[in-house]
Amino acid sequence: MAIGFDKGFELHAQGMQLRAQRAEVIASNIANADTPGYKAKGMDFHKAMQQATQQQQMGMSKTNAKHFDVRTEINNNVSFRTPDQPDTGDGNTVDVQVERNLYLENSLEYQASVQFLNGKIKAMKNVISGGR
Amino acid sequence: MSLFNVFNITASGMSAQSMRLNTTASNIANADSVSSSVDETYRARHPVFAAAMQKAAAGQEANVGVQVLGIVESDKPLNVEYAPEHPMADQNGNIYKPNVNVIEEMTNMISASRSYQTNVQLAESAKNMLNKTLTLGQR
Repeated sequence: MAIGFDKGFELHAQGMQLRAQRAEVIASNIANADTPGYKAKGMDFHKAMQQATQQQQMGMSKTNAKHFDVRTEINNNVSFRTPDQPDTGDGNTVDVQVERNLYLENSLEYQASVQFLNGKIKAMKNVISGGR
Repeated sequence: MSLFNVFNITASGMSAQSMRLNTTASNIANADSVSSSVDETYRARHPVFAAAMQKAAAGQEANVGVQVLGIVESDKPLNVEYAPEHPMADQNGNIYKPNVNVIEEMTNMISASRSYQTNVQLAESAKNMLNKTLTLGQR
Protein backbone atom coordinates (compact mmCIF):
# COMPACT_ATOMS: atom_id res chain seq x y z
CA MET A 1 0.00 0.00 0.00
CA ALA A 2 1.44 3.25 -1.09
CA ILE A 3 -0.17 5.41 1.53
CA GLY A 4 -0.22 4.01 5.03
CA PHE A 5 -0.51 5.70 8.34
CA ASP A 6 2.96 4.47 9.29
CA LYS A 7 4.53 5.89 6.19
CA GLY A 8 2.40 8.99 6.10
CA PHE A 9 3.08 10.02 9.65
CA GLU A 10 6.74 9.07 9.53
CA LEU A 11 8.49 9.55 12.84
CA HIS A 12 6.10 12.07 14.34
CA ALA A 13 4.06 9.49 16.21
CA GLN A 14 7.07 8.07 18.06
CA GLY A 15 8.53 11.54 18.42
CA MET A 16 5.43 12.86 20.14
CA GLN A 17 5.32 9.91 22.49
CA LEU A 18 8.91 10.51 23.48
CA ARG A 19 8.30 14.25 23.85
CA ALA A 20 5.38 13.54 26.18
CA GLN A 21 7.61 11.30 28.27
CA ARG A 22 10.29 13.94 28.30
CA ALA A 23 7.74 16.51 29.49
CA GLU A 24 6.96 14.19 32.37
CA VAL A 25 10.62 13.80 33.33
CA ILE A 26 11.17 17.56 33.31
CA ALA A 27 7.92 18.22 35.21
CA SER A 28 9.03 15.89 37.98
CA ASN A 29 12.37 17.71 38.13
CA ILE A 30 10.65 21.06 38.54
CA ALA A 31 8.09 19.77 41.05
CA ASN A 32 10.96 18.43 43.15
CA ALA A 33 13.05 21.60 42.86
CA ASP A 34 12.83 22.08 46.65
CA THR A 35 13.09 18.44 47.69
CA PRO A 36 16.30 17.73 49.60
CA GLY A 37 18.43 15.01 48.05
CA TYR A 38 16.48 14.87 44.78
CA LYS A 39 18.69 14.30 41.72
CA ALA A 40 17.58 15.84 38.42
CA LYS A 41 16.98 13.43 35.57
CA GLY A 42 17.18 13.93 31.86
CA MET A 43 16.31 12.03 28.74
CA ASP A 44 18.74 11.21 25.96
CA PHE A 45 16.34 12.06 23.16
CA HIS A 46 18.68 11.07 20.35
CA LYS A 47 19.20 7.60 21.77
CA ALA A 48 15.53 7.18 22.68
CA MET A 49 14.47 8.15 19.16
CA GLN A 50 16.95 5.75 17.64
CA GLN A 51 15.63 2.94 19.79
CA ALA A 52 12.03 3.83 19.04
CA THR A 53 12.59 3.78 15.29
CA GLN A 54 14.49 0.52 15.38
CA GLN A 55 11.79 -0.99 17.57
CA GLN A 56 14.36 -2.23 20.04
CA GLN A 57 11.87 -3.06 22.71
CA MET A 58 12.80 -6.41 24.10
CA GLY A 59 9.95 -7.56 26.21
CA MET A 60 8.88 -10.66 28.03
CA SER A 61 5.22 -11.01 28.73
CA LYS A 62 4.06 -11.68 32.25
CA THR A 63 1.90 -14.79 32.51
CA ASN A 64 1.90 -15.01 36.27
CA ALA A 65 1.46 -12.33 38.93
CA LYS A 66 4.71 -13.43 40.56
CA HIS A 67 6.81 -12.86 37.44
CA PHE A 68 9.29 -10.03 37.45
CA ASP A 69 8.70 -7.13 35.12
CA VAL A 70 11.62 -7.46 32.74
CA ARG A 71 10.86 -4.94 30.07
CA THR A 72 13.56 -2.74 28.69
CA GLU A 73 11.49 0.07 27.35
CA ILE A 74 12.25 3.42 25.84
CA ASN A 75 12.20 5.14 29.21
CA ASN A 76 15.47 3.39 29.94
CA ASN A 77 17.10 6.41 28.36
CA VAL A 78 16.32 8.47 31.43
CA SER A 79 19.47 9.11 33.40
CA PHE A 80 20.73 11.56 35.97
CA ARG A 81 21.90 14.95 34.87
CA THR A 82 25.40 16.19 35.56
CA PRO A 83 24.92 19.17 37.88
CA ASP A 84 26.67 22.49 37.17
CA GLN A 85 26.95 23.19 40.84
CA PRO A 86 28.69 20.46 42.81
CA ASP A 87 26.99 21.16 46.11
CA THR A 88 23.81 23.11 46.72
CA GLY A 89 23.71 22.41 50.44
CA ASP A 90 20.85 19.92 50.51
CA GLY A 91 21.92 17.45 47.82
CA ASN A 92 19.38 18.71 45.27
CA THR A 93 20.70 19.00 41.72
CA VAL A 94 17.73 20.64 39.99
CA ASP A 95 18.50 23.84 38.11
CA VAL A 96 15.01 25.33 37.73
CA GLN A 97 15.99 27.84 35.03
CA VAL A 98 17.52 25.14 32.84
CA GLU A 99 14.58 22.82 33.37
CA ARG A 100 12.03 25.50 32.55
CA ASN A 101 13.76 26.31 29.29
CA LEU A 102 14.01 22.64 28.40
CA TYR A 103 10.32 22.20 29.15
CA LEU A 104 9.42 25.15 26.94
CA GLU A 105 11.63 23.84 24.13
CA ASN A 106 10.15 20.38 24.48
CA SER A 107 6.57 21.61 24.38
CA LEU A 108 7.26 23.76 21.32
CA GLU A 109 8.81 20.82 19.53
CA TYR A 110 5.80 18.71 20.47
CA GLN A 111 3.48 21.34 19.04
CA ALA A 112 5.60 21.50 15.91
CA SER A 113 5.11 17.76 15.48
CA VAL A 114 1.35 18.26 15.93
CA GLN A 115 1.41 20.93 13.26
CA PHE A 116 3.29 18.71 10.82
CA LEU A 117 0.83 15.91 11.49
CA ASN A 118 -2.06 18.26 10.84
CA GLY A 119 -0.52 19.09 7.49
CA LYS A 120 -0.10 15.44 6.63
CA ILE A 121 -3.68 14.61 7.60
CA LYS A 122 -4.89 17.47 5.48
CA ALA A 123 -2.90 16.15 2.54
CA MET A 124 -4.31 12.65 3.03
CA LYS A 125 -7.86 13.99 3.21
CA ASN A 126 -7.21 15.90 0.04
CA VAL A 127 -6.05 12.74 -1.71
CA ILE A 128 -9.02 10.72 -0.43
CA SER A 129 -11.56 13.25 -1.58
CA GLY A 130 -9.78 13.58 -4.91
CA GLY A 131 -9.14 17.27 -4.44
CA ARG A 132 -12.81 18.18 -4.26
CA MET B 1 -0.85 8.74 28.08
CA SER B 2 2.08 10.21 29.84
CA LEU B 3 1.12 13.85 29.39
CA PHE B 4 -1.65 13.35 31.93
CA ASN B 5 1.01 12.35 34.43
CA VAL B 6 2.41 15.87 34.16
CA PHE B 7 -0.80 17.04 35.83
CA ASN B 8 -0.35 14.59 38.70
CA ILE B 9 3.24 15.70 39.20
CA THR B 10 2.52 19.43 39.07
CA ALA B 11 -0.47 18.95 41.38
CA SER B 12 1.75 17.24 43.96
CA GLY B 13 4.24 20.10 43.64
CA MET B 14 1.49 22.69 44.07
CA SER B 15 0.05 21.04 47.16
CA ALA B 16 3.51 20.70 48.72
CA GLN B 17 4.31 24.34 48.04
CA SER B 18 0.97 25.51 49.38
CA MET B 19 1.62 23.56 52.57
CA ARG B 20 4.94 25.38 52.79
CA LEU B 21 3.10 28.69 52.35
CA ASN B 22 0.67 27.64 55.09
CA THR B 23 3.38 26.90 57.62
CA THR B 24 5.15 30.13 56.68
CA ALA B 25 1.95 32.10 57.26
CA SER B 26 1.43 30.45 60.61
CA ASN B 27 5.06 31.15 61.59
CA ILE B 28 4.83 34.83 60.67
CA ALA B 29 1.44 35.23 62.35
CA ASN B 30 2.83 33.75 65.57
CA ALA B 31 6.21 35.48 65.42
CA ASP B 32 5.28 37.73 68.35
CA SER B 33 3.16 35.34 70.41
CA VAL B 34 4.54 35.75 73.91
CA SER B 35 4.19 33.05 76.54
CA SER B 36 5.31 32.57 80.12
CA SER B 37 6.93 29.13 79.90
CA VAL B 38 9.26 27.24 77.56
CA ASP B 39 6.75 24.46 76.87
CA GLU B 40 3.90 26.71 75.81
CA THR B 41 5.89 28.80 73.38
CA TYR B 42 5.20 28.53 69.66
CA ARG B 43 8.06 27.07 67.63
CA ALA B 44 8.72 27.67 63.95
CA ARG B 45 7.24 24.91 61.79
CA HIS B 46 8.60 23.67 58.49
CA PRO B 47 7.38 20.96 56.12
CA VAL B 48 9.73 18.15 55.06
CA PHE B 49 9.64 17.43 51.34
CA ALA B 50 10.57 14.13 49.78
CA ALA B 51 10.23 12.68 46.32
CA ALA B 52 7.28 10.29 46.29
CA MET B 53 9.46 7.23 46.11
CA GLN B 54 7.03 4.33 46.32
CA LYS B 55 6.60 4.23 42.56
CA ALA B 56 10.28 4.74 41.89
CA ALA B 57 11.19 1.89 44.18
CA ALA B 58 8.58 -0.41 42.66
CA GLY B 59 9.85 -0.34 39.13
CA GLN B 60 10.95 1.60 36.12
CA GLU B 61 8.94 4.70 36.92
CA ALA B 62 11.41 7.53 36.62
CA ASN B 63 9.06 10.41 37.26
CA VAL B 64 7.88 11.17 40.71
CA GLY B 65 5.89 13.90 42.39
CA VAL B 66 6.53 15.56 45.70
CA GLN B 67 5.38 14.20 49.02
CA VAL B 68 5.19 16.07 52.30
CA LEU B 69 6.59 13.67 54.87
CA GLY B 70 5.49 15.75 57.79
CA ILE B 71 5.96 19.03 59.59
CA VAL B 72 8.82 19.48 62.02
CA GLU B 73 9.20 22.11 64.70
CA SER B 74 12.43 24.03 64.78
CA ASP B 75 14.65 23.20 67.77
CA LYS B 76 16.50 26.50 67.71
CA PRO B 77 16.66 28.12 71.17
CA LEU B 78 13.70 30.34 72.08
CA ASN B 79 14.14 34.06 72.58
CA VAL B 80 14.05 34.67 76.32
CA GLU B 81 13.52 38.26 77.32
CA TYR B 82 13.76 39.78 80.79
CA ALA B 83 10.62 41.91 81.21
CA PRO B 84 9.38 41.84 84.81
CA GLU B 85 6.67 44.41 84.15
CA HIS B 86 5.10 42.24 81.41
CA PRO B 87 1.81 40.62 82.49
CA MET B 88 2.94 37.23 81.13
CA ALA B 89 6.30 37.22 82.92
CA ASP B 90 7.16 34.19 85.08
CA GLN B 91 8.63 34.25 88.62
CA ASN B 92 12.07 35.19 87.31
CA GLY B 93 10.62 38.05 85.27
CA ASN B 94 11.23 36.30 81.91
CA ILE B 95 8.94 36.10 78.90
CA TYR B 96 9.45 33.60 76.08
CA LYS B 97 9.18 34.51 72.42
CA PRO B 98 9.01 32.03 69.49
CA ASN B 99 12.17 31.06 67.61
CA VAL B 100 10.69 32.36 64.34
CA ASN B 101 13.13 34.19 62.09
CA VAL B 102 10.84 36.55 60.18
CA ILE B 103 13.40 37.30 57.47
CA GLU B 104 13.91 33.60 56.85
CA GLU B 105 10.16 33.13 56.66
CA MET B 106 9.74 35.96 54.16
CA THR B 107 12.34 34.50 51.80
CA ASN B 108 10.75 31.09 52.29
CA MET B 109 7.42 32.57 51.29
CA ILE B 110 8.82 34.11 48.09
CA SER B 111 10.54 30.86 47.16
CA ALA B 112 7.38 28.84 47.80
CA SER B 113 5.14 31.14 45.77
CA ARG B 114 7.58 31.19 42.85
CA SER B 115 7.77 27.41 42.85
CA TYR B 116 3.98 27.24 42.98
CA GLN B 117 3.72 29.56 39.98
CA THR B 118 6.23 27.49 38.03
CA ASN B 119 4.14 24.38 38.64
CA VAL B 120 1.00 26.19 37.46
CA GLN B 121 2.77 27.24 34.28
CA LEU B 122 3.89 23.68 33.61
CA ALA B 123 0.32 22.42 33.97
CA GLU B 124 -0.91 25.18 31.69
CA SER B 125 1.60 24.30 29.02
CA ALA B 126 0.83 20.56 29.29
CA LYS B 127 -2.83 21.49 28.86
CA ASN B 128 -1.99 23.36 25.66
CA MET B 129 -0.07 20.38 24.34
CA LEU B 130 -3.00 18.06 25.04
CA ASN B 131 -5.51 20.48 23.53
CA LYS B 132 -3.48 20.67 20.33
CA THR B 133 -3.33 16.89 20.22
CA LEU B 134 -7.07 16.53 20.73
CA THR B 135 -7.83 18.74 17.76
CA LEU B 136 -5.38 16.83 15.56
CA GLY B 137 -6.67 16.54 12.01
CA GLN B 138 -9.95 18.30 12.66
CA ARG B 139 -9.39 21.22 10.40
